[in-house]
Amino acid sequence: MNWHRFHRLVFAAATVLVVAACGSSSTAGATDWSTQTSASGGGGMDALVAAAKAEGKLTVIALPPDWANYGAIISGFKAKYGIDITSLNPNGSSQDEVNAFDGTSRAPDVVDVGLAVALANADKFAPYQVKEWNDIPTGAKEASGKWYNDYGGYMGIGYDSSKVPTITSVQDLLGSAFKSKVALAGDPTKSNQGLNGVIMASVANGGSLDDVSKGVDFFHQLKQKGNYVPVVGTAATVKSGQTPVLFEWDYLSASHGKDVSTWKIFVPGNAIIGGYYSQAINKQAPHPAAARLWEEYLYSDEGQNLWLKGGARPVRQAAMTSAGTIDTAAAAALPAVSGTPQVPSGDQTSKASTYVQANWSAAVA
Amino acid sequence: MAARRLKLQAFRVVVFAVCGVFFLVPLGAMLEFSTRGNDVASPRTLAAWQRIPSTPQLADAITASLELAVITSLMMLLLVLPTMVWVRLRLPRLSRVVEFICLMPLTVPAIALVVGIRPIYIWISINVTDSILALAFAYLILVLPYSYRALDAGLGAIDLKTLTEAARSLGAGWGTVMLRIVVPNMRSAILNAGLLSVALVLGEYTFANLLNYENLQVAIQYVSLVDASTSIAVAVAALLFAFVILLVLSLIGSGQAVDKPKRPALARIGSWGQRT
Amino acid sequence: MTAAGNPALSAAARPLGGGRRLPLSWLGVVPFFLYVGVFLLLPTGIILAGSLVAADGSISLANYEGINKAFMYKSFVQSFEISAASALIGAVVGALLAYAVATGNPTGFLRRAIMSASGVVAQFGGVTLAFAFVATIGTEGVVYKFLLDRGINMYPDTVWLFDLRGLTLIYLYFQIPLMVLVFIPALDGIRPQWREATDTLGGNTWHYWRYVAGPLLFPSFLGCTLLLFANAFSAYATAAALITQGGIIAPLQVQALLTSETGSAQPGLAKALALAMIVVVLVVTSFYTLLQRRTSRWLT
Repeated sequence: MNWHRFHRLVFAAATVLVVAACGSSSTAGATDWSTQTSASGGGGMDALVAAAKAEGKLTVIALPPDWANYGAIISGFKAKYGIDITSLNPNGSSQDEVNAFDGTSRAPDVVDVGLAVALANADKFAPYQVKEWNDIPTGAKEASGKWYNDYGGYMGIGYDSSKVPTITSVQDLLGSAFKSKVALAGDPTKSNQGLNGVIMASVANGGSLDDVSKGVDFFHQLKQKGNYVPVVGTAATVKSGQTPVLFEWDYLSASHGKDVSTWKIFVPGNAIIGGYYSQAINKQAPHPAAARLWEEYLYSDEGQNLWLKGGARPVRQAAMTSAGTIDTAAAAALPAVSGTPQVPSGDQTSKASTYVQANWSAAVA
Repeated sequence: MAARRLKLQAFRVVVFAVCGVFFLVPLGAMLEFSTRGNDVASPRTLAAWQRIPSTPQLADAITASLELAVITSLMMLLLVLPTMVWVRLRLPRLSRVVEFICLMPLTVPAIALVVGIRPIYIWISINVTDSILALAFAYLILVLPYSYRALDAGLGAIDLKTLTEAARSLGAGWGTVMLRIVVPNMRSAILNAGLLSVALVLGEYTFANLLNYENLQVAIQYVSLVDASTSIAVAVAALLFAFVILLVLSLIGSGQAVDKPKRPALARIGSWGQRT
Repeated sequence: MTAAGNPALSAAARPLGGGRRLPLSWLGVVPFFLYVGVFLLLPTGIILAGSLVAADGSISLANYEGINKAFMYKSFVQSFEISAASALIGAVVGALLAYAVATGNPTGFLRRAIMSASGVVAQFGGVTLAFAFVATIGTEGVVYKFLLDRGINMYPDTVWLFDLRGLTLIYLYFQIPLMVLVFIPALDGIRPQWREATDTLGGNTWHYWRYVAGPLLFPSFLGCTLLLFANAFSAYATAAALITQGGIIAPLQVQALLTSETGSAQPGLAKALALAMIVVVLVVTSFYTLLQRRTSRWLT
């Protein structure tokens, strides 16, 4: 073999190799979805769906089936894409979700956390912007896409109208008809929901988002009168009649309607406290493509309407209403709320939390 | 003699009656709730119970939990019992240390213990195996306090030193001593330690949950949150399941005592004190 | 092997320097200590290391100073109270129940059923146990209403179910079966010769229990009570479901500090608290050891 021909052969072989390598990188999963910040950046929705299907699994955490219709959302996603979902720790708190990021292949891919936890753990999340990113209001998301609101509701007082009289104001609860009947759905010293219940009571009694002391005082009075039940309210305690009056997010309260047909929800007009949860993707998600596809599904019209069916207010509700894609029947079924909602900021929540930590035990012991 | 017997029987009846009421009434209340219809006027329904088999991956979770229970109990018997015997015979000064170590897992709330053990399990998950059976190591730790106490009560009831010295002087090796002398004399203690271990593993939730594994309790958590009655039905079902498993275990355990006497000499030594 | 036949020289009394037996003896406990070292002592070390890291990331004892607060002490004291109460009552009632079972047919179905049921119930707890009790003696409870109809009000002033007294009662639900399971092997070791000996010497039931069976069973009884104490001390799931009053007992404080979602999670402080709990049980164990030594002096 003469030198010239050898040269050409080597060059041809090298070219073939390079082309083959380039070819494989653009087809068989060389897109590293864990660094993609949007579906289009990784090659479009079809590429995302294919990559997610190739991964075949998704791990979610702290999503009880009766919480804002997550049961239907999970089965909807499974049916649409054929991807298996493992649901870890359904009863976990937002902090549990982030604590579970352990870097193994069993860690959760996505989380649904309260504002305080989202703010404190933003560096653990991978930035990602769903297709409908612009529909999410500016104040409801982190600028680069580390976390973004998904749904929310208002703090309400759910009650069994066959056991207690109709509630028209928070102060009604101090009446004698409510003896041993009023409960919270979580411990305010550790649960986001419990804390917001106390904040709502505070605002309804003359306090404000910055002053939660009136709320703690209110529960102290409830305790003095014997109206307060310290049991944590759950679906079982509601159905069994142990907690006929429950401070809860309105979308969670709505789920008791199937157990107690006379269940009603009251949101005080002078204290509409809104709370939004946020989605985020684990930076070390074991299934990055599936995680991103999940987010796309949640923010699609289908996902948002499923949340609406669960009684929650999806973050794209305004945009979808003007676009006409909203589920009007479900939207009409939400508890009527007249007045301006107030949403406690991260600072206000931690200030309230500090106060409650220090004073709750003494107030209701 | 007859009067004493009568007094004993009367005592037993009273104790069983009082304890029976205390333990069975709350369970009855749970059963009653799990069969309630949705309205005050609705008839009793088994709908909540029928939802249980729809738990995702229930069969896998049950298998995993049962395997873990078996592995943990065997490891407990193979590791803890010989160590306790050895310490009693040869290193009595260590007995307080061993006792405290065996009590330690119970002094710390499970969630704090998980925080400490998590790095070890992350290492195992990445470098050894992702299988849920790795949990057996952690479960053995959790089981230590209960099994130690049950085995200790059993060891204290037999004259271990004399028995082992007699057997050794007759030429028995340590294996024979353990299998033919110690174990047959501690049937009820070993059985109880086994029952406690199996019950603990079947009922364990915190470790599996926070380490992201899916055992029986974790799997049924999901379906228990579908519905109010289902949450209680699931809990009662899990209790009944564990009860049946333990009953079967105790039947196997003390069933063998019936065909014991094979070697007369050793059997006589072995029959001092222990009646199971 | 010269000491083999000499009853005065037990293995324990062998002088430290004497015999090649000693190193081999220690080999026997190596597997146990190796295992415990990796899966128990190492995690404890990790918790200790974590407790020395303050909230801002520096290495300090700030977390231990964080324990030095009135409500923390109170939660420890309350933990201690319910643990001690439920352990003592549970031990006594459990011992009585165990005796009732042990004096029956050893291979009978009743014994097997009670042992199995005890195993299951001893591990029962949490939200469902709290629910079961509220459904029974809560203000809407079956038994409460039953008694109320007959004129007995269980809650004349406050609903004590929801404070420490109620919690103690609920803890008994799993303490008693635990006692039954761990104490019965000791009761099975009661030999009929003891009773016969007492009878021969002219003693009655009281003498039998006070001077013979009682002292022989006491070390075991004490050990089981200690187990019950530790069991109650670290239990938190039931209290978490029953009492939304913040950390009224120490393990609830630990839980709150590890899993709080209102922004007050402080893992370092939680770990310091966990170690403080170990110290408390260490102290109790030392008292138990002392007591054991004094009461079983004549048994050796």
